[in-house]
Amino acid sequence: MADGMFIQVEVDDAVAKDKELVKKLVEVCAVDIFAQKDDGSLEIVRPNLDECVLCDLCVQAAPTGKVRVVKLYE
Amino acid sequence: MRFYEYEAKQLFRQLRMPLLKGRVAKTPAEAKTIAEEIGGPLVLKSQVLSGGRMKAGGVKFPDDPAGAEQAAKEVLALEINGHTPRGVLVEERGPVAQEYFAAVTWDGRAKAPVIIFSDMGGIDIEEVAEKHPEHVGRVHFSTIVPFNPFRAKEAISATGVSGSELNRLTPIVAALAEAFLRYDLTLAEINPLARLEDGRFLVLDGHVDMEAEARDRHAKLLDDLGIGKDETREARPPTEFEIKGAAVDATDHRGVAGNVKEFDGDLGLVIGAGGGSLTLFDAVRNHGGKPANYCEIGGNPSVQKACGLTKLILSKPGVKKIAVMMNVVSNTRVDIVARGVIKGCVESGRDPGETIAIFRIPGAWEDDGFKILEKYGVEYCDRSVSMYEAAGRAVAKMSK
Repeated sequence: MADGMFIQVEVDDAVAKDKELVKKLVEVCAVDIFAQKDDGSLEIVRPNLDECVLCDLCVQAAPTGKVRVVKLYE
Repeated sequence: MRFYEYEAKQLFRQLRMPLLKGRVAKTPAEAKTIAEEIGGPLVLKSQVLSGGRMKAGGVKFPDDPAGAEQAAKEVLALEINGHTPRGVLVEERGPVAQEYFAAVTWDGRAKAPVIIFSDMGGIDIEEVAEKHPEHVGRVHFSTIVPFNPFRAKEAISATGVSGSELNRLTPIVAALAEAFLRYDLTLAEINPLARLEDGRFLVLDGHVDMEAEARDRHAKLLDDLGIGKDETREARPPTEFEIKGAAVDATDHRGVAGNVKEFDGDLGLVIGAGGGSLTLFDAVRNHGGKPANYCEIGGNPSVQKACGLTKLILSKPGVKKIAVMMNVVSNTRVDIVARGVIKGCVESGRDPGETIAIFRIPGAWEDDGFKILEKYGVEYCDRSVSMYEAAGRAVAKMSK
Protein backbone atom coordinates (compact mmCIF):
# COMPACT_ATOMS: atom_id res chain seq x y z
CA MET A 1 0.00 0.00 0.00
CA ALA A 2 1.24 3.47 -0.82
CA ASP A 3 -0.33 6.87 -0.11
CA GLY A 4 -0.15 10.15 -1.90
CA MET A 5 -2.05 13.18 -0.70
CA PHE A 6 -5.07 12.31 -2.76
CA ILE A 7 -4.58 8.80 -4.05
CA GLN A 8 -3.72 5.53 -2.39
CA VAL A 9 -2.76 2.42 -4.34
CA GLU A 10 -3.02 -1.03 -2.80
CA VAL A 11 -1.42 -4.00 -4.51
CA ASP A 12 -1.64 -7.56 -3.18
CA ASP A 13 1.70 -9.14 -2.34
CA ALA A 14 1.17 -11.94 -4.84
CA VAL A 15 0.74 -9.42 -7.67
CA ALA A 16 3.69 -7.32 -6.49
CA LYS A 17 5.95 -10.37 -6.77
CA ASP A 18 4.60 -11.63 -10.10
CA LYS A 19 7.12 -10.47 -12.74
CA GLU A 20 4.67 -10.68 -15.64
CA LEU A 21 1.89 -8.84 -13.82
CA VAL A 22 4.29 -6.14 -12.65
CA LYS A 23 5.45 -5.71 -16.24
CA LYS A 24 1.83 -5.25 -17.27
CA LEU A 25 1.21 -2.66 -14.55
CA VAL A 26 4.27 -0.70 -15.65
CA GLU A 27 3.05 -0.82 -19.24
CA VAL A 28 -0.51 0.35 -18.62
CA CYS A 29 0.12 3.22 -16.24
CA ALA A 30 0.30 6.47 -18.20
CA VAL A 31 1.69 8.44 -15.29
CA ASP A 32 4.44 6.02 -14.20
CA ILE A 33 3.12 5.07 -10.79
CA PHE A 34 4.54 1.57 -11.20
CA ALA A 35 8.14 0.56 -11.78
CA GLN A 36 9.85 -2.83 -11.85
CA LYS A 37 12.79 -3.48 -9.57
CA ASP A 38 15.86 -5.39 -10.78
CA ASP A 39 14.51 -8.59 -9.22
CA GLY A 40 11.25 -8.17 -11.16
CA SER A 41 9.12 -7.18 -8.20
CA LEU A 42 6.94 -4.08 -7.96
CA GLU A 43 8.04 -0.64 -6.88
CA ILE A 44 5.45 2.08 -6.39
CA VAL A 45 6.77 5.49 -7.40
CA ARG A 46 5.37 7.60 -4.58
CA PRO A 47 5.95 11.07 -6.14
CA ASN A 48 3.73 10.01 -9.04
CA LEU A 49 0.80 8.71 -6.97
CA ASP A 50 -1.11 11.97 -7.06
CA GLU A 51 -0.76 12.10 -10.84
CA CYS A 52 -3.16 9.12 -11.07
CA VAL A 53 -5.83 9.92 -13.65
CA LEU A 54 -8.16 7.20 -12.33
CA CYS A 55 -8.17 5.38 -15.65
CA ASP A 56 -8.47 1.99 -13.88
CA LEU A 57 -6.18 0.27 -16.37
CA CYS A 58 -4.05 -1.10 -13.52
CA VAL A 59 -7.16 -2.41 -11.80
CA GLN A 60 -8.16 -4.18 -15.01
CA ALA A 61 -4.63 -5.50 -15.66
CA ALA A 62 -4.58 -7.54 -12.46
CA PRO A 63 -6.92 -10.28 -11.25
CA THR A 64 -10.14 -8.83 -9.82
CA GLY A 65 -9.61 -7.03 -6.53
CA LYS A 66 -5.84 -7.48 -6.43
CA VAL A 67 -5.01 -3.86 -7.32
CA ARG A 68 -7.09 -1.15 -5.74
CA VAL A 69 -7.00 2.61 -6.29
CA VAL A 70 -8.48 4.59 -3.43
CA LYS A 71 -9.49 8.23 -3.56
CA LEU A 72 -8.40 9.65 -0.24
CA TYR A 73 -10.80 12.57 -0.57
CA GLU A 74 -13.94 10.46 -0.45
CA MET B 1 7.44 38.60 -31.92
CA ARG B 2 8.10 41.81 -33.78
CA PHE B 3 10.70 42.06 -36.54
CA TYR B 4 12.90 45.06 -37.11
CA GLU B 5 12.11 46.87 -40.35
CA TYR B 6 15.28 45.59 -42.00
CA GLU B 7 14.37 42.02 -41.04
CA ALA B 8 10.85 42.47 -42.39
CA LYS B 9 12.35 43.70 -45.63
CA GLN B 10 14.74 40.74 -45.81
CA LEU B 11 11.66 38.55 -45.56
CA PHE B 12 9.89 40.58 -48.23
CA ARG B 13 12.95 40.25 -50.45
CA GLN B 14 12.75 36.45 -50.13
CA LEU B 15 9.15 36.77 -51.30
CA ARG B 16 10.34 38.71 -54.37
CA MET B 17 8.58 41.90 -53.37
CA PRO B 18 9.92 45.08 -54.99
CA LEU B 19 12.13 46.94 -52.54
CA LEU B 20 14.33 49.99 -52.51
CA LYS B 21 18.08 49.44 -52.78
CA GLY B 22 19.68 49.51 -49.37
CA ARG B 23 20.75 47.66 -46.27
CA VAL B 24 21.39 48.12 -42.59
CA ALA B 25 24.50 49.81 -41.22
CA LYS B 26 25.89 49.48 -37.72
CA THR B 27 28.29 52.41 -37.91
CA PRO B 28 28.36 55.85 -39.60
CA ALA B 29 31.27 54.70 -41.79
CA GLU B 30 29.29 51.68 -42.94
CA ALA B 31 26.33 53.97 -43.69
CA LYS B 32 28.60 56.13 -45.85
CA THR B 33 29.83 53.10 -47.80
CA ILE B 34 26.27 51.91 -48.44
CA ALA B 35 25.29 55.45 -49.51
CA GLU B 36 28.17 55.50 -52.00
CA GLU B 37 27.03 52.18 -53.44
CA ILE B 38 23.44 53.42 -53.82
CA GLY B 39 24.22 56.95 -55.07
CA GLY B 40 21.64 59.76 -55.16
CA PRO B 41 19.26 60.96 -52.46
CA LEU B 42 18.81 58.72 -49.45
CA VAL B 43 16.62 57.93 -46.49
CA LEU B 44 18.11 56.72 -43.19
CA LYS B 45 15.89 55.05 -40.64
CA SER B 46 16.63 54.09 -37.06
CA GLN B 47 16.12 50.37 -36.43
CA VAL B 48 14.16 50.24 -33.20
CA LEU B 49 11.16 48.15 -32.17
CA SER B 50 9.10 51.22 -31.51
CA GLY B 51 6.82 53.58 -33.34
CA GLY B 52 7.23 57.34 -33.50
CA ARG B 53 10.61 57.24 -35.26
CA MET B 54 9.90 60.20 -37.49
CA LYS B 55 8.71 62.44 -34.66
CA ALA B 56 11.69 61.47 -32.51
CA GLY B 57 14.16 62.35 -35.25
CA GLY B 58 15.00 58.77 -36.11
CA VAL B 59 14.42 59.25 -39.84
CA LYS B 60 16.71 61.48 -41.91
CA PHE B 61 16.89 62.41 -45.58
CA PRO B 62 20.51 63.10 -46.59
CA ASP B 63 21.40 63.83 -50.19
CA ASP B 64 24.90 62.37 -50.36
CA PRO B 65 27.28 59.92 -48.64
CA ALA B 66 28.84 62.58 -46.40
CA GLY B 67 25.38 63.64 -45.26
CA ALA B 68 24.50 59.98 -44.72
CA GLU B 69 27.51 59.48 -42.46
CA GLN B 70 26.57 62.50 -40.33
CA ALA B 71 22.88 61.50 -40.24
CA ALA B 72 23.79 57.92 -39.24
CA LYS B 73 25.94 59.26 -36.41
CA GLU B 74 22.95 61.20 -35.05
CA VAL B 75 20.41 58.39 -35.57
CA LEU B 76 22.60 55.72 -33.97
CA ALA B 77 23.06 57.88 -30.87
CA LEU B 78 19.36 58.57 -30.53
CA GLU B 79 17.32 56.54 -28.07
CA ILE B 80 13.65 56.30 -29.08
CA ASN B 81 11.04 55.51 -26.41
CA GLY B 82 13.73 53.79 -24.37
CA HIS B 83 15.01 51.72 -27.29
CA THR B 84 18.60 51.92 -28.47
CA PRO B 85 18.84 51.48 -32.25
CA ARG B 86 20.21 48.21 -33.49
CA GLY B 87 21.42 49.95 -36.63
CA VAL B 88 20.38 52.37 -39.29
CA LEU B 89 18.70 51.33 -42.51
CA VAL B 90 20.22 53.19 -45.46
CA GLU B 91 18.00 53.19 -48.55
CA GLU B 92 17.59 55.03 -51.82
CA ARG B 93 14.96 57.77 -51.95
CA GLY B 94 12.69 58.41 -54.90
CA PRO B 95 9.85 60.84 -55.60
CA VAL B 96 6.57 59.23 -54.57
CA ALA B 97 3.48 59.73 -56.73
CA GLN B 98 1.03 57.81 -54.52
CA GLU B 99 1.11 55.88 -51.25
CA TYR B 100 -0.97 52.81 -50.40
CA PHE B 101 -1.50 50.71 -47.28
CA ALA B 102 -1.58 46.92 -47.30
CA ALA B 103 -1.81 44.60 -44.33
CA VAL B 104 -2.82 41.11 -43.38
CA THR B 105 -3.80 40.37 -39.82
CA TRP B 106 -6.11 38.15 -37.82
CA ASP B 107 -9.73 39.14 -37.37
CA GLY B 108 -10.76 37.64 -34.05
CA ARG B 109 -14.44 38.27 -34.62
CA ALA B 110 -14.51 36.65 -38.04
CA LYS B 111 -12.08 33.95 -36.87
CA ALA B 112 -10.18 34.36 -40.14
CA PRO B 113 -7.29 36.35 -41.54
CA VAL B 114 -8.18 39.59 -43.27
CA ILE B 115 -6.50 41.58 -46.02
CA ILE B 116 -6.81 45.32 -45.46
CA PHE B 117 -5.92 47.61 -48.33
CA SER B 118 -6.17 51.36 -48.73
CA ASP B 119 -5.21 53.72 -51.52
CA MET B 120 -4.54 56.32 -48.82
CA GLY B 121 -1.30 55.03 -47.36
CA GLY B 122 1.40 56.61 -45.28
CA ILE B 123 -0.98 57.71 -42.56
CA ASP B 124 -2.73 56.00 -39.70
CA ILE B 125 -5.10 53.38 -41.15
CA GLU B 126 -7.58 53.79 -38.27
CA GLU B 127 -7.92 57.45 -39.22
CA VAL B 128 -8.53 56.55 -42.86
CA ALA B 129 -11.11 53.93 -41.89
CA GLU B 130 -12.96 56.47 -39.78
CA LYS B 131 -12.88 59.44 -42.15
CA HIS B 132 -12.74 57.74 -45.55
CA PRO B 133 -14.22 54.24 -45.20
CA GLU B 134 -14.68 54.01 -48.98
CA HIS B 135 -10.89 54.03 -49.26
CA VAL B 136 -10.43 50.88 -47.17
CA GLY B 137 -10.98 47.40 -48.61
CA ARG B 138 -11.28 44.37 -46.36
CA VAL B 139 -11.40 40.78 -47.56
CA HIS B 140 -11.25 37.69 -45.37
CA PHE B 141 -9.69 34.45 -46.54
CA SER B 142 -9.44 30.87 -45.42
CA THR B 143 -6.59 29.26 -43.52
CA ILE B 144 -7.71 25.85 -44.76
CA VAL B 145 -7.85 26.04 -48.54
CA PRO B 146 -4.83 27.32 -50.50
CA PHE B 147 -4.70 31.10 -50.80
CA ASN B 148 -6.10 32.51 -54.03
CA PRO B 149 -4.52 35.82 -55.19
CA PHE B 150 -7.95 36.87 -56.38
CA ARG B 151 -8.76 37.64 -52.75
CA ALA B 152 -5.98 40.26 -52.77
CA LYS B 153 -7.38 41.69 -55.99
CA GLU B 154 -10.83 42.00 -54.41
CA ALA B 155 -9.43 43.93 -51.44
CA ILE B 156 -7.58 46.35 -53.72
CA SER B 157 -10.40 46.87 -56.21
CA ALA B 158 -12.81 47.61 -53.33
CA THR B 159 -11.03 50.98 -52.99
CA GLY B 160 -11.63 51.83 -56.65
CA VAL B 161 -8.13 50.95 -57.88
CA SER B 162 -8.33 49.40 -61.34
CA GLY B 163 -6.48 48.65 -64.57
CA SER B 164 -2.71 48.34 -64.65
CA GLU B 165 -2.39 49.66 -61.13
CA LEU B 166 -4.62 46.86 -59.84
CA ASN B 167 -2.70 44.25 -61.77
CA ARG B 168 0.66 45.46 -60.45
CA LEU B 169 -0.46 45.78 -56.83
CA THR B 170 -2.15 42.38 -56.67
CA PRO B 171 0.99 40.16 -56.62
CA ILE B 172 2.53 42.30 -53.86
CA VAL B 173 -0.52 42.08 -51.62
CA ALA B 174 -0.98 38.39 -52.47
CA ALA B 175 2.63 37.70 -51.46
CA LEU B 176 1.95 39.44 -48.17
CA ALA B 177 -1.03 37.17 -47.51
CA GLU B 178 0.93 34.07 -48.46
CA ALA B 179 3.74 35.10 -46.10
CA PHE B 180 1.17 35.61 -43.34
CA LEU B 181 0.02 32.02 -43.71
CA ARG B 182 3.38 30.38 -44.41
CA TYR B 183 5.24 31.98 -41.50
CA ASP B 184 2.49 32.04 -38.85
CA LEU B 185 2.50 35.82 -38.74
CA THR B 186 0.09 37.83 -36.64
CA LEU B 187 0.70 40.95 -38.71
CA ALA B 188 2.25 41.56 -42.11
CA GLU B 189 2.00 45.19 -43.06
CA ILE B 190 3.37 47.45 -45.78
CA ASN B 191 2.89 51.13 -45.10
CA PRO B 192 3.56 52.83 -47.30
CA LEU B 193 3.48 50.78 -50.43
CA ALA B 194 4.39 53.40 -53.00
CA ARG B 195 4.05 54.15 -56.67
CA LEU B 196 7.04 56.28 -57.58
CA GLU B 197 6.90 58.97 -60.21
CA ASP B 198 8.90 56.71 -62.52
CA GLY B 199 6.04 54.17 -62.32
CA ARG B 200 7.71 51.60 -60.06
CA PHE B 201 5.72 50.06 -57.19
CA LEU B 202 7.89 49.66 -54.11
CA VAL B 203 7.66 48.61 -50.49
CA LEU B 204 8.85 51.62 -48.49
CA ASP B 205 8.23 50.38 -44.94
CA GLY B 206 7.20 47.08 -43.44
CA HIS B 207 5.98 45.75 -40.12
CA VAL B 208 6.00 42.04 -39.38
CA ASP B 209 4.95 40.23 -36.21
CA MET B 210 5.34 36.48 -35.84
CA GLU B 211 3.37 34.34 -33.40
CA ALA B 212 5.94 33.69 -30.65
CA GLU B 213 4.77 30.09 -30.25
CA ALA B 214 5.67 29.46 -33.90
CA ARG B 215 9.36 30.29 -33.50
CA ASP B 216 10.46 26.66 -33.51
CA ARG B 217 8.55 25.96 -36.72
CA HIS B 218 10.42 28.75 -38.46
CA ALA B 219 13.86 28.28 -36.97
CA LYS B 220 15.46 28.28 -40.43
CA LEU B 221 13.86 31.59 -41.43
CA LEU B 222 14.79 33.22 -38.13
CA ASP B 223 18.32 31.92 -38.49
CA ASP B 224 18.51 33.34 -42.03
CA LEU B 225 17.31 36.70 -40.71
CA GLY B 226 19.90 36.61 -37.93
CA ILE B 227 17.36 36.46 -35.12
CA GLY B 228 18.93 34.58 -32.21
CA LYS B 229 17.08 31.95 -30.21
CA ASP B 230 17.57 33.98 -27.03
CA GLU B 231 16.05 37.13 -28.51
CA THR B 232 12.61 37.24 -26.91
CA ARG B 233 11.68 40.63 -28.38
CA GLU B 234 9.51 41.23 -25.32
CA ALA B 235 8.81 44.79 -24.18
CA ARG B 236 11.20 44.19 -21.26
CA PRO B 237 13.55 41.40 -20.18
CA PRO B 238 11.87 38.63 -18.17
CA THR B 239 12.05 38.94 -14.39
CA GLU B 240 13.52 36.19 -12.20
CA PHE B 241 9.93 35.26 -11.26
CA GLU B 242 8.99 34.91 -14.93
CA ILE B 243 12.09 32.85 -15.71
CA LYS B 244 11.15 30.51 -12.85
CA GLY B 245 7.61 30.33 -14.29
CA ALA B 246 9.00 29.20 -17.64
CA ALA B 247 11.10 26.60 -15.81
CA VAL B 248 7.99 25.23 -14.09
CA ASP B 249 6.26 24.93 -17.44
CA ALA B 250 9.27 23.16 -18.94
CA THR B 251 9.34 20.44 -16.28
CA ASP B 252 6.70 18.38 -18.02
CA HIS B 253 5.28 18.09 -21.52
CA ARG B 254 1.73 17.78 -20.25
CA GLY B 255 -0.40 20.89 -20.56
CA VAL B 256 0.58 24.45 -19.83
CA ALA B 257 1.23 26.05 -16.47
CA GLY B 258 3.34 29.02 -17.33
CA ASN B 259 3.55 32.19 -19.41
CA VAL B 260 3.85 33.95 -16.09
CA LYS B 261 4.04 37.74 -16.06
CA GLU B 262 4.89 39.59 -12.90
CA PHE B 263 2.79 42.40 -11.46
CA ASP B 264 3.04 44.13 -8.10
CA GLY B 265 -0.31 43.19 -6.53
CA ASP B 266 -1.19 40.88 -3.65
CA LEU B 267 -3.65 38.46 -5.31
CA GLY B 268 -1.90 35.57 -7.04
CA LEU B 269 -3.68 34.25 -10.09
CA VAL B 270 -3.82 30.69 -11.40
CA ILE B 271 -5.96 31.33 -14.45
CA GLY B 272 -6.54 30.16 -17.99
CA ALA B 273 -8.70 28.43 -20.60
CA GLY B 274 -9.17 29.71 -24.12
CA GLY B 275 -8.73 33.41 -23.44
CA GLY B 276 -10.08 32.99 -19.92
CA SER B 277 -6.85 34.21 -18.41
CA LEU B 278 -7.14 37.59 -20.14
CA THR B 279 -10.83 37.88 -19.24
CA LEU B 280 -10.18 36.93 -15.63
CA PHE B 281 -7.20 39.22 -15.26
CA ASP B 282 -9.31 42.13 -16.50
CA ALA B 283 -12.21 41.08 -14.25
CA VAL B 284 -9.98 41.10 -11.17
CA ARG B 285 -8.75 44.59 -12.04
CA ASN B 286 -12.27 45.75 -12.78
CA HIS B 287 -13.32 44.72 -9.28
CA GLY B 288 -10.46 46.76 -7.84
CA GLY B 289 -8.18 43.77 -7.25
CA LYS B 290 -4.43 43.94 -7.60
CA PRO B 291 -3.05 40.91 -9.45
CA ALA B 292 0.38 39.71 -8.42
CA ASN B 293 0.80 37.94 -11.72
CA TYR B 294 -0.69 36.89 -15.00
CA CYS B 295 -0.34 33.28 -16.10
CA GLU B 296 -1.84 30.62 -18.33
CA ILE B 297 -2.87 27.20 -17.17
CA GLY B 298 -4.65 24.66 -19.33
CA GLY B 299 -4.40 21.64 -21.58
CA ASN B 300 -4.36 19.35 -18.54
CA PRO B 301 -1.03 20.04 -16.85
CA SER B 302 0.29 17.45 -14.43
CA VAL B 303 -0.42 17.79 -10.73
CA GLN B 304 3.25 18.50 -10.16
CA LYS B 305 3.21 21.32 -12.69
CA ALA B 306 0.09 22.96 -11.21
CA CYS B 307 1.68 22.51 -7.80
CA GLY B 308 4.94 24.11 -8.98
CA LEU B 309 3.12 27.11 -10.42
CA THR B 310 1.15 27.56 -7.19
CA LYS B 311 4.30 27.37 -5.09
CA LEU B 312 6.03 29.89 -7.31
CA ILE B 313 3.16 32.37 -7.04
CA LEU B 314 2.92 31.90 -3.29
CA SER B 315 6.66 32.48 -2.95
CA LYS B 316 6.28 35.97 -4.36
CA PRO B 317 6.59 38.54 -1.58
CA GLY B 318 3.29 40.23 -0.77
CA VAL B 319 1.01 37.52 -2.16
CA LYS B 320 -1.74 37.02 0.40
CA LYS B 321 -4.09 34.71 -1.45
CA ILE B 322 -4.52 33.07 -4.82
CA ALA B 323 -7.56 32.84 -7.06
CA VAL B 324 -7.83 29.70 -9.18
CA MET B 325 -10.19 30.41 -12.03
CA MET B 326 -10.81 29.14 -15.52
CA ASN B 327 -13.49 29.13 -18.14
CA VAL B 328 -15.55 25.92 -18.43
CA VAL B 329 -12.94 23.29 -19.30
CA SER B 330 -13.14 20.13 -21.33
CA ASN B 331 -9.45 19.56 -22.05
CA THR B 332 -8.30 20.17 -18.50
CA ARG B 333 -9.41 18.11 -15.54
CA VAL B 334 -10.80 19.99 -12.59
CA ASP B 335 -9.67 17.36 -10.09
CA ILE B 336 -6.09 17.40 -11.36
CA VAL B 337 -5.81 21.19 -11.04
CA ALA B 338 -7.47 21.03 -7.62
CA ARG B 339 -4.89 18.48 -6.48
CA GLY B 340 -2.07 20.62 -7.84
CA VAL B 341 -3.04 23.90 -6.25
CA ILE B 342 -3.88 22.32 -2.89
CA LYS B 343 -0.59 20.45 -2.89
CA GLY B 344 1.16 23.73 -3.77
CA CYS B 345 -0.44 25.46 -0.79
CA VAL B 346 0.42 22.65 1.60
CA GLU B 347 4.02 22.39 0.39
CA SER B 348 4.30 26.18 0.83
CA GLY B 349 3.21 25.78 4.45
CA ARG B 350 -0.13 27.46 3.82
CA ASP B 351 -3.67 26.37 4.64
CA PRO B 352 -5.48 25.82 1.31
CA GLY B 353 -8.81 26.91 2.81
CA GLU B 354 -7.30 30.23 3.87
CA THR B 355 -5.03 30.72 0.89
CA ILE B 356 -7.31 29.95 -2.06
CA ALA B 357 -9.73 32.88 -2.23
CA ILE B 358 -11.89 31.14 -4.80
CA PHE B 359 -11.70 28.06 -7.02
CA ARG B 360 -13.85 28.51 -10.08
CA ILE B 361 -13.07 25.78 -12.59
CA PRO B 362 -16.15 24.02 -13.89
CA GLY B 363 -15.88 21.19 -16.39
CA ALA B 364 -14.36 17.75 -16.77
CA TRP B 365 -14.18 15.72 -13.55
CA GLU B 366 -15.63 18.58 -11.52
CA ASP B 367 -17.41 16.23 -9.11
CA ASP B 368 -14.07 14.78 -8.01
CA GLY B 369 -12.52 18.23 -7.98
CA PHE B 370 -15.22 19.63 -5.75
CA LYS B 371 -14.87 16.72 -3.31
CA ILE B 372 -11.16 17.48 -2.99
CA LEU B 373 -11.86 21.17 -2.42
CA GLU B 374 -14.50 20.39 0.20
CA LYS B 375 -12.06 18.18 2.07
CA TYR B 376 -9.58 21.05 2.31
CA GLY B 377 -12.19 23.71 3.07
CA VAL B 378 -11.68 25.66 -0.15
CA GLU B 379 -14.50 27.88 -1.42
CA TYR B 380 -15.46 26.83 -4.92
CA CYS B 381 -18.15 27.53 -7.43
CA ASP B 382 -19.51 25.86 -10.53
CA ARG B 383 -20.51 27.24 -13.95
CA SER B 384 -23.62 28.93 -12.52
CA VAL B 385 -21.22 31.58 -11.20
CA SER B 386 -19.72 33.68 -14.00
CA MET B 387 -16.00 34.27 -14.28
CA TYR B 388 -16.65 37.95 -13.57
CA GLU B 389 -18.57 37.18 -10.39
CA ALA B 390 -15.95 34.70 -9.23
CA ALA B 391 -13.25 37.33 -9.70
CA GLY B 392 -15.37 39.71 -7.63
CA ARG B 393 -15.64 37.17 -4.81
CA ALA B 394 -11.88 36.69 -4.82
CA VAL B 395 -11.24 40.42 -4.65
CA ALA B 396 -13.80 40.85 -1.86
CA LYS B 397 -11.97 38.25 0.23
CA MET B 398 -8.74 40.22 0.00
CA SER B 399 -10.13 42.99 2.19
CA LYS B 400 -11.37 40.61 4.90
